Amino acid sequence: MGCGVTKGGEFHKRYDKDGNIISVRISAAITIRAAVLIQRWYRQYVARMELRRRYTWNIFQSIEYAGQQDQIKLYNFLGYLVDNFTPSSNERNLISHIFRENEVCRDIEWERFFDYRHIEVPDIYSGPRLTFPLNADQAADLVEAFRSKQQLHSRYVLQLLGETWKLLRVLPNINRISTCHSKEITICGDLHGQLEDLLLIFYKNGMPSMEKAYVFNGDFVDRGKDSIEILLILFAFLLVYPGEVHLNRGNHEDHIINLRYGFTKEVLGKYKMHGKRILKLLQKIFSWLPLATVIDQKVLIVHGGISDTTDLALVARVDRHKYVSSLRPPKRRISHSVRASVDSDMDEDLVGSKYSILNRRRASLTYARPFPARESFQHRSLQDFSSTVARTMEEELEIRRRQAAMTRPGYSMSCRNLNTSMLSPSSSDSLDAFENVQNEWKQILDLLWSDPMIPDGCVPNEVRGGGCYWGPNVTEEFLNKHSMQLIIRSHECKQDGYEFCHNRKVLTIFSASNYYEVGSNRGAFVRLGPDLVPYFIQYQANSMTREMSVRQSLRRTEHSALKVLREQLFAHKSDLMSAFQQHDKENTGLISLSDWGSAMSQVLHLDLPWRMLRSQLITTTTDDMLDYHNWFRNLAIKEKSYEHIEQTLLDTLYKHRSTLETIFRIVDTDNSGFISFEDFRQTWKLLNAYLKMEISEESINDLVVSIDTNKDGNIDIDEFMESFRLVDKNMLERGKSLFMRRSEEYDGPQDETTNQPPQTPTNKEGGFLAPP
Amino acid sequence: MAEERALAGVSEVQKKIRSAFDVFDHEQNQTVDVREIGTIIRSLGRFPTEAELHDVIAEIEEEEPAGFIRFEKFLPTMSRILMENKLRPVPEDLLLQAFEVLDQQKKGHLDPEELSRYLTQEGDPFSQEEMEEMLSAALDPEKNLIFYRDFVSMMTADEPW
Repeated sequence: MGCGVTKGGEFHKRYDKDGNIISVRISAAITIRAAVLIQRWYRQYVARMELRRRYTWNIFQSIEYAGQQDQIKLYNFLGYLVDNFTPSSNERNLISHIFRENEVCRDIEWERFFDYRHIEVPDIYSGPRLTFPLNADQAADLVEAFRSKQQLHSRYVLQLLGETWKLLRVLPNINRISTCHSKEITICGDLHGQLEDLLLIFYKNGMPSMEKAYVFNGDFVDRGKDSIEILLILFAFLLVYPGEVHLNRGNHEDHIINLRYGFTKEVLGKYKMHGKRILKLLQKIFSWLPLATVIDQKVLIVHGGISDTTDLALVARVDRHKYVSSLRPPKRRISHSVRASVDSDMDEDLVGSKYSILNRRRASLTYARPFPARESFQHRSLQDFSSTVARTMEEELEIRRRQAAMTRPGYSMSCRNLNTSMLSPSSSDSLDAFENVQNEWKQILDLLWSDPMIPDGCVPNEVRGGGCYWGPNVTEEFLNKHSMQLIIRSHECKQDGYEFCHNRKVLTIFSASNYYEVGSNRGAFVRLGPDLVPYFIQYQANSMTREMSVRQSLRRTEHSALKVLREQLFAHKSDLMSAFQQHDKENTGLISLSDWGSAMSQVLHLDLPWRMLRSQLITTTTDDMLDYHNWFRNLAIKEKSYEHIEQTLLDTLYKHRSTLETIFRIVDTDNSGFISFEDFRQTWKLLNAYLKMEISEESINDLVVSIDTNKDGNIDIDEFMESFRLVDKNMLERGKSLFMRRSEEYDGPQDETTNQPPQTPTNKEGGFLAPP
Repeated sequence: MAEERALAGVSEVQKKIRSAFDVFDHEQNQTVDVREIGTIIRSLGRFPTEAELHDVIAEIEEEEPAGFIRFEKFLPTMSRILMENKLRPVPEDLLLQAFEVLDQQKKGHLDPEELSRYLTQEGDPFSQEEMEEMLSAALDPEKNLIFYRDFVSMMTADEPW
């Protein structure tokens, strides 16, 4: 009797009056066998999940890092634009906006630029009204206001930024702090515009105060949607507690990177009137952010990492504000032709100046008259450098370096390609100075962009396009040389929010939870006391993730990763087709699965386990052979209006869509969200020439006409970019995800802002698209 | 022809093993941490008991166990396991029967306490962590019971790779 198992009990059945078994007592041996069986199964199941988790992670990381290489393309393209226009043309001024250095000696002019006093705050404004100097209550109120989704008025934003700039200017390149003053120091990693995570950190750990010191280790902005709010909070606390709050610059504190990764767009969207000014000021502020923090002379905190040439003494001496963007090394002072002065900038932007907004509305890459640009453009080519531009020696060097960089993108930023043979002896002084600048630039790049690797050594970081991969021996040498014991860095997303490597001498701390997708990872922060022993706190914003099981989290993340991967496949469709056809010489339309795998890794250059992904990406095969035309058809369908457009054109557009979007936003000088028909055509033509593609005039014209759906001569940038979402034919037909086998277990993609399930089939999250 | 196909079969198996191994080869140097071997073998569709796993590891470890396993040692052993269909999967219906055996009163469900007792004390015991993880996947939160039939369906639903 009874319901427990007794060891050594006999096999014994009890029946009810109908002859049904109601209980069975079984022998211990059978119990053990049953247990073993279940255990074996369960461990097998867990192993399969683990495998999927690993390669899902790999997908996200590969694509993220590969995407950063597009930054180099953008940089090169913009450089090409600069090179190919005469000094007198309007375009040059526009492009040089991006590349301008901020002159130190013109501080007074900059203070004028920060002038907020003429901006009026309407009575109806219910957000925080800041008074300076700020106090702790105001900082706390600011946090509360942002938590309630309020927006700080641009007047206060500019005022706050102005005060921040004044403070940052007097800070050293390397903050040196000590645990003896505030007992414990809290270090946070990447936040990437995820306000919820910062609020969670403050909730768990308390806000900064005299007793609570914080170090924020860079990458405050981009990707997430509340980057400006995070910045304002951090700057406010910096102003209130300058001795306790320390900010390190990250690689995303960079205006060119911001153009691509969403911060620029966010600011312009939230601050329609003064957004551009705010961005200009932030450009300056970013360049003034300190580069590193050292605790008790023993722990180095830096955003990326180090290299085998990192020299903290040198880093402490550089003029860090000269290095405005990682993607543009500083030009030498001698060459003036590229830069407009700060003065002319300000004149353009100050409200009430003689250049009104209306006059500048049509300033663009084209000339004021609609068509002549086209003819004159046609005479230009990538090779045609010498025709109209007078160059200095330095500019020539720059161009050659960039030319070399175009063929070897990975080396463009971290190697010096000085063509010494073309220099005469008298220019050797300027060469030295140039080398110095290059060297300093490399030091900073290494600090902000590097990643640790497992083997010994130090190699350029070609995946990211900047900084190095550094090994345990480099860490060892560095720590010995500087008498330190630990490097704390961020820059890489980690599933548990933090991770040690190099024999626990390097710690990665990452504070943006759910970075790739809801449920993908936890965030963490670390506390150090006088014993310098790290103490971690992990968290995950979004209450829903806590209720999801590991399995559901994995499903969701995997679904996202595969969606992202399919977009990549689609973007490389032409190349993949060629590769498939290579394996299908007899044109049967079929290739083996093994050949499919080879083609994928050959074309995509993504280090992924293609064999494993096969089952997720291919659903029907006949006799182990894949009908690749059909496979592509199932991958996506195009928008009806584009059906007649050449495949190659669409593919190329798709592949470069991020770069295109960035350029459009630059061209859209008044931030209206629209660019003219003509500007779009010109931009596209320039990209076409730069990429040396063979796309006909008619194709481009057709494309432009079909995009301009309301026929008013303007193209809505957002709408245009939206049309690149993929639609999976199978998804539409079956109303169910291709990858979810048991949809009842899966909550489905959720709209993150409202936590409501999306309305299918036209929601964005699931990759569906309603025709515009 | 049969020979060719046989050879092709062998190379397919080897590629499969290579792929699985590579996912866990973090340093890209043809080695994996020995603690991941179990996961790799299982991800290749095999169902070793802990004892069988130990045997395999003993066979492929270095003479001086260094915490890692090299691919060149892993490949022949793993190939043999796959070609000879060793460490075979357990048929799904046996898995269901195993649960039914533990469910003496034929209730159709199990208490988390009793299941935990079995799985952490009998056979190849689960660690506390493994047990908690399994419960989070298997437990019906409202009723606080494990409806094992559903759980078995879930575990067996994913096609083995």
